[in-house]
Amino acid sequence: MAHDGCMSLNVEHAPMRTLPSAKPLRLLDNAGHALTGAATGGFALPDGETLLDLYRKMVIARRFDVQVTALTKQGRLATYPSAYGQEGCEIGAISAIGSTDWFFPTYRDCVALITRGLEPGEILQSFRGDWHNGYDQHAYRTAAQATPLATQALHAVGLSHAARLRRDPIVALTFLGDGATSEGDAHEAFNFAAVWQTPTVFVVQNNQYAISVPLSRQTHAATLADKAVGYGMPGYHVDGNDVAAMYAVTHAAVERARAGGGPTLIEGVTYRIESHTNSDDPTRYREAREVEHWKRRDPIERLEKYLVSEGALSETVRSEITDAAEALAAKTREAMSVEAELDPLELFDHVYSRPRTALLEQRSALEAELAAGAFAQHEAGAR
Amino acid sequence: MSADTTTAPPAAAEASAPTQLTMAGALNAALRDAMAADDRVVVYGEDVGPLGGVFRVTDGLQTQFGEDRIWDSPLAESGIIGTAIGMAMYGMRPVVEMQFDAFSYPAFEQMVSHVAKMRNRTKGRVTLPMVVRIPCAGAIGGVEHHSDSSEAYWTSTPGLTVVMPSNPADAYSMLREAIDSDDPVVFMEPKSRYWSKAPLALPVTTAPMDRAEVVREGADVTLIAYGPTVRTALEAADAAVDEGLSIEVVDLRSLSPFDDETVGASVRKTSRAAVIHEAAQFGGYGAEVAARVTERNFHHLAAPVLRIAGFDIPFPSPKLEEYHLPTADRVLAALDAWEWDA
Ligand SMILES: Cc1ncc(C[n+]2csc(CCOP(=O)(O)OP(=O)(O)O)c2C)c(N)n1
Ligand SMILES: [Mg+2]
Repeated sequence: MAHDGCMSLNVEHAPMRTLPSAKPLRLLDNAGHALTGAATGGFALPDGETLLDLYRKMVIARRFDVQVTALTKQGRLATYPSAYGQEGCEIGAISAIGSTDWFFPTYRDCVALITRGLEPGEILQSFRGDWHNGYDQHAYRTAAQATPLATQALHAVGLSHAARLRRDPIVALTFLGDGATSEGDAHEAFNFAAVWQTPTVFVVQNNQYAISVPLSRQTHAATLADKAVGYGMPGYHVDGNDVAAMYAVTHAAVERARAGGGPTLIEGVTYRIESHTNSDDPTRYREAREVEHWKRRDPIERLEKYLVSEGALSETVRSEITDAAEALAAKTREAMSVEAELDPLELFDHVYSRPRTALLEQRSALEAELAAGAFAQHEAGAR
Repeated sequence: MSADTTTAPPAAAEASAPTQLTMAGALNAALRDAMAADDRVVVYGEDVGPLGGVFRVTDGLQTQFGEDRIWDSPLAESGIIGTAIGMAMYGMRPVVEMQFDAFSYPAFEQMVSHVAKMRNRTKGRVTLPMVVRIPCAGAIGGVEHHSDSSEAYWTSTPGLTVVMPSNPADAYSMLREAIDSDDPVVFMEPKSRYWSKAPLALPVTTAPMDRAEVVREGADVTLIAYGPTVRTALEAADAAVDEGLSIEVVDLRSLSPFDDETVGASVRKTSRAAVIHEAAQFGGYGAEVAARVTERNFHHLAAPVLRIAGFDIPFPSPKLEEYHLPTADRVLAALDAWEWDA
């Protein structure tokens, strides 16, 4: 089919030169008071129903996170990167996209996956060590959690560009860490997205550390959001522990992208309260005082204070949320209590669409070893 | 995902009368026909638009198909591969170009960590029907970084399919097949063969791209070659006739997977084999060929499998490359090293 002469999508947009605010913009202060004026960057506080929903999701997400950390300490999982303390960022941003939009998460973002409706057993397959990924990307419109830093940002740009070429009103949201912004792929993703004007929203969760390395060793920029200016896209410097602000800013960016307005870079300033993963020792690189400081800036408590002051958090609602959180925790424990039946022969089944002779030969060899009981001990141990 | 929007290729299906076509021209025709047949096929990379690519492989395509189907991307190879992954996830069939072999290296992480692994990671739920075209190898007088042979980086990565045509007909047929493949294909194009000509009626369908081909029959020796060294092997075979030596030449075409069947049959017939490539010998692709041919055919072999390769040095400057590249003479001299009396 020859080019039908329809207008190219390469519309000339006036490049953006808006500088992000020096202070992270916020809609609720740490005491849970609604803010007005310059601090809000012109964003409005989401309505009561939305705020209650965000609160519920954060409480549930944290219960999940705490449960998985506990299971990991019991040896049920190989590793788990906790997002404790980052729920404002995680849940605020993920709640701003719809079910037809795509999400490109990292290893850090299990709580966002829970919010997106994935099952604990599906999410944790990889961290338990069963297979590298355990959920249906297309069904959830959620890519496999990326481990190579910043690589997924390019996938988000490519997918949203394809959607745009197809005239599908779909947005891709991707999360990155503060450390990941130093990777070349982050820069390439920001630049490709801006040049192609793709419907992509980048949310950088600045949790202050890349494992042990503090932000000051990653960048000399005043804020990570400032980077947006150099690519010609809008950047927002947001209090990541204010879920209302994260939601409002991300939602606006998503809808702008959907309407053809191009990409946005959002930095959520937050803090990782837990260690990087269970095998990390944070006492080697940060002071307990610092952790205490951030614990007093808890995203859930902040919104809770606001909701209480508004009389929006009845005992019925509270206990309903607690029940839902406990039910999820129980479901998570249950999912992790039984070992999955793993078939070693499946190792060969998904590498290529068409079976390769060499792999079939190797599969037969392993099959023969299994039949001869070469791994009998392993199998007994697994059971 | 988007509906299957493949349309039948009516115009392209009628074979044209044979005309002299270069490999670059055959590749151009393959891209054109694939884009006409399936609007999920999109092409992008560096200078592939108005310029038509530095080797003119995409010549005229932007005029024909417009900027939504073929466009110049920002200059960043990891970005090109990474975005192609996302586009393929959405059901497109991106065909992206790495401008030169050595300039594919910035994309190494995306290639190895995602292109190769996505299907396995997701148990086949996400396939990446994308083609990465890489002009490769030397003998074009290229300055540094323009003549590398990087095939072993890709062939040692499970999950990648790696092919390299040696002639215009295969170039056309294999590129069409690569674009139709549901798995990612690294499509390596030997630069020194871009301007080689053959009479061709398009569309042409040659052997499936995962099969090797015996391109010259012989009785005494099997020369295993691919891409630019197929011609070298054929020259050696011609010259060997005078010496009373009958050489069979196998064009691998596919480097991964490796066609053990075709190669094995030839080696069992001739009982002697040598593999020829431009890449450095140490840890090169030829090491794998020699090892597996030996493992599988040891009792049929009269002599060890030889590797005739580039030296173990970084690729030389233009005025010195002729000393580095395997030649027909060097091939024949290498064969002389065998005990021939046995
Ligand atoms: C390309 C790459 N290099 C190194 C690593 C190892 N690594 C895993 S997480 C991490 C720190 C990342 O920090 P950041 O981007 O801030 O994300 P966070 O873990 O804080 O969420 C490192 C160095 C990796 N996964 N990928
Ligand atoms: Mg971090």
